[in-house]
Formats: sequence, C-alpha cells, structure tokens
Amino acid sequence: MKTDVVIIGGGINGCSLAYQLSKKGIDVALFERKYICSGATGRCGAGIRQQWSTRENIILAKESVKIFSKLSRELKEDIGFRQGGYLVAIHDEKELKEAEERVKLQRSLGVDVKIIDKDEIKEIVPILDPDGMHAIGATFCPTDGHADPFKTTFAYARRAVENGAKIFTHREVSKIIVEKNKVKGVVADGERIDCNYVINSAGAWSRIVARMAGIDIPNRPLRKEAIVTEKMKRVFDAMVISFRDGIYFSQQSEGNILGGIPGPDEREGYLYQPTFSFLNHMARTLTRYAPVLKFVRVLRHWTGFYDVSPDARPIIGEDPNIKGFIHCHGFSGHGFMLSPMVTKIISDYISDGKDSDYLHSLSIERFKGKDISREVSVVG
Amino acid sequence: MSKKIVCRCEDVTEEDILKAIDEGYTDFEELRKKLRIGMGTCQGRTCIMLALRILARKTGKSIEEIEKPSFRPPVVPITLGSLAGEEDED
Repeated sequence: MKTDVVIIGGGINGCSLAYQLSKKGIDVALFERKYICSGATGRCGAGIRQQWSTRENIILAKESVKIFSKLSRELKEDIGFRQGGYLVAIHDEKELKEAEERVKLQRSLGVDVKIIDKDEIKEIVPILDPDGMHAIGATFCPTDGHADPFKTTFAYARRAVENGAKIFTHREVSKIIVEKNKVKGVVADGERIDCNYVINSAGAWSRIVARMAGIDIPNRPLRKEAIVTEKMKRVFDAMVISFRDGIYFSQQSEGNILGGIPGPDEREGYLYQPTFSFLNHMARTLTRYAPVLKFVRVLRHWTGFYDVSPDARPIIGEDPNIKGFIHCHGFSGHGFMLSPMVTKIISDYISDGKDSDYLHSLSIERFKGKDISREVSVVG
Repeated sequence: MSKKIVCRCEDVTEEDILKAIDEGYTDFEELRKKLRIGMGTCQGRTCIMLALRILARKTGKSIEEIEKPSFRPPVVPITLGSLAGEEDED
C-alpha cells in the first residue's frame, strides 16, 4: 500500500488531522491499535477552556473555540458543543494577584473573562459552597465550554472516510521506516505502507511511536482517574476547577456530574486499574465544594492517561532531524480543547508548507535550550 | 411499528443499534460511546447482553468473537457521601 500521510492514533487529534488533510485532497491512512476514541479522548472531561497563563495557549484555545463553535455545521453532525463557561476558584490573596495578571493577559488577547466574588460564584453555580471551597472569589469566562468527545471524534472520522481517508482500527504500527533521515513508510500487521509523512498523534503512547523512528521525546504517560454520577436535573452549566486542589467537574448535557482530581496514588505508566484512594479523595473534595452532592450516587469510575510534556505544553511540527516525521503530542491533558487549532496548523504545514510561529515555539527543539515557559494553569 | 427498547436508561432502540452498525460502528465500545448503551443507572445490566447479541447477529460473528466492554467500578451506584467517608443514613 502507498499513501501520502500515515497518522498513528485514532483520538481527537488523529481523526481531526485525517479529516483536514483528506479535505485538502491528500491521501491519508490512519492506524489505531484499538478502536476510535479508545485512548485519552474517550476518557476525558472534554472541557474547552481559554483561561491560560501563557499567551500561546490562550490564542490556541481562543482560535479553537471559534472552530468548535462552527464544527457541528461543518461536520454535519451535532458535536454537543455548549458554552457554559469555566469557573476557576481563587483561594487566597496570592492567587488573587496571579488571577488578576492572568485575566489582564487574557483580556488583552480578546478573551471575555472577569474576576467574580463569592456571591457571584453562587449565582453561576448554585450548589457551590464558597466557604467549603475555601474560595475568596473566582475567575469566570462565559465562552469556555464543552463538546462531546465521542461525537466530535466520530464525526471527524466519518467525514474523513467520506473524503477518501482510510481508517484502520485494531491495526498497530510496529515499525517506522527511515532512510537517510527521511520517513519512507511504516509497517502495520506485517504490511509495508509507503508514505512521505508519519504523524505521531498517539497520545500517551507517543513516546513508544517516536522511538520507532529513533526519536527520543521527553513525554511521560501519567495515569488519571475520573468519575461520573447518576443523572440529575440540570442545575449548572459551568465547569468548576481549582488549580490548587486540581479538581474539575461539570454537569454533562445528559445531567450526570463528571469530574476528576489528581489522586494520591497517581503514577506514571499504563496501569488501567482504578484506585479507591482516588475515589475517596474525589468524593471528599467534591462534597466540600458542593455539599448537596453527597446524596448523589457515583455510577462509574475509570482511568485514562495524560501525555505529559516537561513544560505541560504540546509538542508539534516536523522533527528537525527526521524529515517527514510530524510531532503532535505532549498535550498534557489538553489535547481535546486545543485540537482544532493545532491540527489546522499541522495540516496547513503538510499541504502548503505554511509556516506558523507555533511550529517554532512548540517545536521539540525547545527542550534543547533553556527558554522554557511552563504552563501553570493545569488541573485534573 | 412499535419500538423495541434495548437500553432503558438511555432510551436506545434496536433500530438505533442496527442503524449505527450500518454506519460503521461495528466495535462494541464504539457502539456504546456512540449511543451511550449501558452508560445509564443500570450500568448495562439489562442492555449489554442484548446489544451484544444484536451486534453478533448483524455482523455474522459469534458473541465469543466480539470484544466485550469493560465493566467499570463501582458495581452498584454509591453516594458521594459514603465514598467521602460519611456514615450512611439509609
């Protein structure tokens, strides 16, 4: 078999890339070792946030929101996009100062965000107890939101196939063929597929994929856990998060509360086993934030993996040493929300050789120097 | 035509399942994520076996050949209050 671009990984980024490249008339084959959405995408909170601390993430997220808001129409399927806002707890005066700076930066870049007091917290999410949260206020951006990760990824995949992309599930790439520092093809299930580009969008497994091309990337797979409760009458639309406690939770369109928090036994690796210590810690923190939830039942508890880069920012663009090897990983828990813009930048680069500042600032090469600005606004 | 409900919690009919399989959702996990079968309060106790049978019949596979969904804890729904370590008043 022969194709122009091989994409490894059938999550949100891989499927979006398959869609965008095939729309431009480029031959694409996507390989997913399990099923579509089987990795982090199908296990994530699918929040969409523009409240970041680095200029770059703010713009990427803001541009992504613009794309998300038109995506149901473009993909001709409802992706469940809604803008209920993100409420970010502020716990003390020091955090308030930091929040003021972030809000100033975010507003200067055109994001509609403001600082709110304890009364306003209760107006936006009536079940919250600001004292239990140990909150003195919050920041709130009404245009942040959520989309259904399954619907979005499936819609991308279906439209990609209609455009002529080939999507192979339950097929694992075992080898990447590199000759004279250039990608020549891959081997999947013993079959050789010739190609000019390989895109590594394998999420938490991207380090293993990069190694097949002889590339060492600094990512680590970090096990994360989440819960979902039974359905309740609609009580709030916002996603509630705290950078100090690491908690995030929101009410899904179906009425269930979905959320996560870093667990006491969180560790690197690919273990799928959920832990009771997480469940206990999550339940304690969640009922401290919203006491009335103690009467609500947990239905499911599961694990997923963050693909964590050293500075919690994505790694994108062509490898400086191996021509045709495209990085698209290291999202550190934010792959879903940043995917529209990141995959647009990558597909424009592949189709037209179009350059972007992000291809430089988010290049794998940044880890060689010392100029690393770490994204600090991280939860989950 | 009367509807045949397969998943009562999420209101999924046999017709919905057959249509999704026709659209290419032939992996049980994909079908589950597409239609939310088994994601409701019963956690699939009533619907997953039925849906697996429909998938097997439609794809000409045996139930043994189909990759089963993972059952996720807790086995029965538990209140957040109990999980947080509070005494249950029930």
